[in-house]
Amino acid sequence: MNRAEPVKQNEKIKQKKALLRDYIIMGAIIVVAAIVLFIFPDRSASVLTVSKNYFLELIIILPALMIIIGLFSVWVPKEFVVKHMGKSSGIKGTAISFVLGMLPTGPLYIAFPLAVALLKKGAKISNIIIFISAWACIKLPQELVEIQFLGIKFTLLRLGLTIIFVVLMGFIIEKLIELTERKNIKVDKTFNRE
Amino acid sequence: MSEFIKSYLTAAIINLIALSWLIFSIVKNRQKTKESLKIALKTFIKTLPMIIIIIIFIGFLLGFLPQDIISKVIGEQTGVLGVLVTAVLGSVLFIPALISFPLAASLLKGGASIMSVTAFITTLTMIGFVTLPVELREMGKKMTILRNLFGFIFAIIISLIMGVIL
Repeated sequence: MNRAEPVKQNEKIKQKKALLRDYIIMGAIIVVAAIVLFIFPDRSASVLTVSKNYFLELIIILPALMIIIGLFSVWVPKEFVVKHMGKSSGIKGTAISFVLGMLPTGPLYIAFPLAVALLKKGAKISNIIIFISAWACIKLPQELVEIQFLGIKFTLLRLGLTIIFVVLMGFIIEKLIELTERKNIKVDKTFNRE
Repeated sequence: MSEFIKSYLTAAIINLIALSWLIFSIVKNRQKTKESLKIALKTFIKTLPMIIIIIIFIGFLLGFLPQDIISKVIGEQTGVLGVLVTAVLGSVLFIPALISFPLAASLLKGGASIMSVTAFITTLTMIGFVTLPVELREMGKKMTILRNLFGFIFAIIISLIMGVIL
């Protein structure tokens, strides 16, 4: 326990530093953006409209999503996620990951904190990859627009191929990560022996 | 207009889920609720700067790079090299999917190949160059690189298959 405490504190200090750095970078980028817009006043209207629209779209879901992540981490037992999305969840786990990702929610970059919460609760890597990829490219309302503009044949074929390759990708990445992690453990052991 | 309603409906459903779960949590266990909200706030503070940066980047990308330039470049690409070029463009650019489909349709009408158009819309959604910093921070180096690398390779394979079949 005595050994664990300073490690934990080190971790905390590291996290705080990373957070501070993120906010400093954000501030710097805002300043640079303002200067660029000042130099190109004819572009500023379209840039600001796009950014404003995205900001509004996000700010109405972000707090709710964060609360869901918080509630999820406290209320959902680890065994539940392990059972449905973990090592032995099989095809059912794959299907659940797809459905979770396909739900109409928001842009890809808010899927990552959710994916981390699932990973921490014991979901397996292939399912996390499937969840993120489905979130990225197979959104339900979006597919209706694709049918409308590109036709049903194009859409179904592209969708079918995407699903096949996303599953394949999930399993390949899982195997690769497991492989490298096993190697790392071996390396650690040999180091310890010395 | 319909897009407006769609995004509000989505937001309303997500907020409703969060609110009802929160109420359930408050009724059942105050201590657990406090803990959840603490985690929520922490996650929010951690994610916010990256999201703001991404929103600024998207604004500049769409504001400085008009659609007709993008269509012109993609429309000119042919063959397997064209697929590669459009796949790279799709990975780097950030265009909302709802805009990318009508854009893709107009490209097809203008004579672009099915392969390049498929490569463009598949990489556009699958790979996020703009969102890479967030993915790296949250998911770690290994998973991020592997996901985007395989996403890119598979997007090209998907486009080639589409081109052969259609």
